[in-house]
Amino acid sequence: METAIYIIVVLVGVGTFFGLVLALADKKFAMESNPLIAEVEDILPKGQCGACGFAGCAKYAEAVVEDPEVAPNLCVPGKAAVAAKVAELTGKKAEATEPHYAYLKCRGNLTAAVMAARYEGVPDCAAVRLVGGGPKGCKFGCLGFGNCVKACPFGALSMGEDGLPVVDKEICTGCGKCVETCPQGLMALKTFGAPVEVTCSSHDKGPAAKKACQNACIGCGLCMRNCSQGAIKVENFLAVVDSAKCAGCTEPTCLSKCPTKAIQSLVKAHAAQEKTA
Amino acid sequence: MAEYLTLFIGAVIINNFVLTKFLGLCIFFGISKSFSASVGMGMAVTSVMTMSSILAWIVYFFVLEPLGVTFLTTIVFVVLTASFVQLLELVIKKQAPALYNMWGIYLLLIATNCIVLAVPLLNVENSYSLLKSIVFAIGSGLGFALAIALMASLREKLVYADVPKPLQGIGIAFILAGMLSLAFLGFSGML
Repeated sequence: METAIYIIVVLVGVGTFFGLVLALADKKFAMESNPLIAEVEDILPKGQCGACGFAGCAKYAEAVVEDPEVAPNLCVPGKAAVAAKVAELTGKKAEATEPHYAYLKCRGNLTAAVMAARYEGVPDCAAVRLVGGGPKGCKFGCLGFGNCVKACPFGALSMGEDGLPVVDKEICTGCGKCVETCPQGLMALKTFGAPVEVTCSSHDKGPAAKKACQNACIGCGLCMRNCSQGAIKVENFLAVVDSAKCAGCTEPTCLSKCPTKAIQSLVKAHAAQEKTA
Repeated sequence: MAEYLTLFIGAVIINNFVLTKFLGLCIFFGISKSFSASVGMGMAVTSVMTMSSILAWIVYFFVLEPLGVTFLTTIVFVVLTASFVQLLELVIKKQAPALYNMWGIYLLLIATNCIVLAVPLLNVENSYSLLKSIVFAIGSGLGFALAIALMASLREKLVYADVPKPLQGIGIAFILAGMLSLAFLGFSGML
């Protein structure tokens, strides 16, 4: 009989004790959250891309509301419209966001690039790269297994028939997920400005680069010598465009001078981007 | 001193809860996909287990045993650990947001974890002193952290392996855990 009473006392006691403690703790440690955070989060595009530097849209909304140091224009995919709304809600000064879009620095498609080997394994760029740097003759080029396509939170990338990813510039928000993902470091974010860009990343010497891929930059320096703005330099057998110097150029002679067409015009891409901005 | 060291090493390696006693397998497979998450989980389990062991030890030796109702140990400990985890979550969410961001999400998973229940139970079953209970709890927690961190590093490498289709995912993880367990069985009889 005594034991039965103890059982009831202990169980009821333990249950009540923890129940009360938890109830009290819930009151005492209640977190009040700012309703503004939810409002700001509603405006953000919810791609959870992390281009703002925070772990997802909710975190950025929290930071931009709570921390006066966090700028309202960090959401790259949201572009100017979202930045303006966030600034209005948080009472911060809106500064323009510069639109970006992703851009592939390789034109080594299936016809141009020479295959040195055949790869049969996990269809994943990072995995392919572990096997002797990939099947292509050029060890700098696009591996073509579409890690960037998988990484894109907005569905702006697709795998083209020529074995290279295609950026739909009207959908691309410039969040930069693909830039982080590409194991070859071939994706770059471009802004308006420079009308041309080098579409090759090969540091191979001229003959070797040409042998591996018809579209490769062979580091001949013709573009460098013909550039009226002095914006192109050849470093380590690869031409590099200084976009700041290149920006004002209206007649890019480099386009016609490049023997392998490794320098491409960005004018069309800019136009597409301007429509959506 | 030697006694405590033996207990500690025994709990970490020789009687590793995950790999030789097969407890806590749900989190072991659930969280071990990424290394950083598994280290966070290991830390959370270790601290929760240590604190709930102390609490359980007090409740057992000052309430259950004097009243002669030790057969209620299991059910009381279940309530105790579960509510303790809840309480801890509330407190650190408010008091240490940085810590909460680091392992807050794992805390609720621990609430129903069998290791967290097993350690206080084993403590009182073996009539360990309070200090011994703490040493045993920390050791078991670190053993769990070791096991889950090892598993996570293996599984991160596994992404690049050409696993046959039927075994992909959890299938190969089970095989891997079995091999890891076999390796740990090599320690048995050391002490």
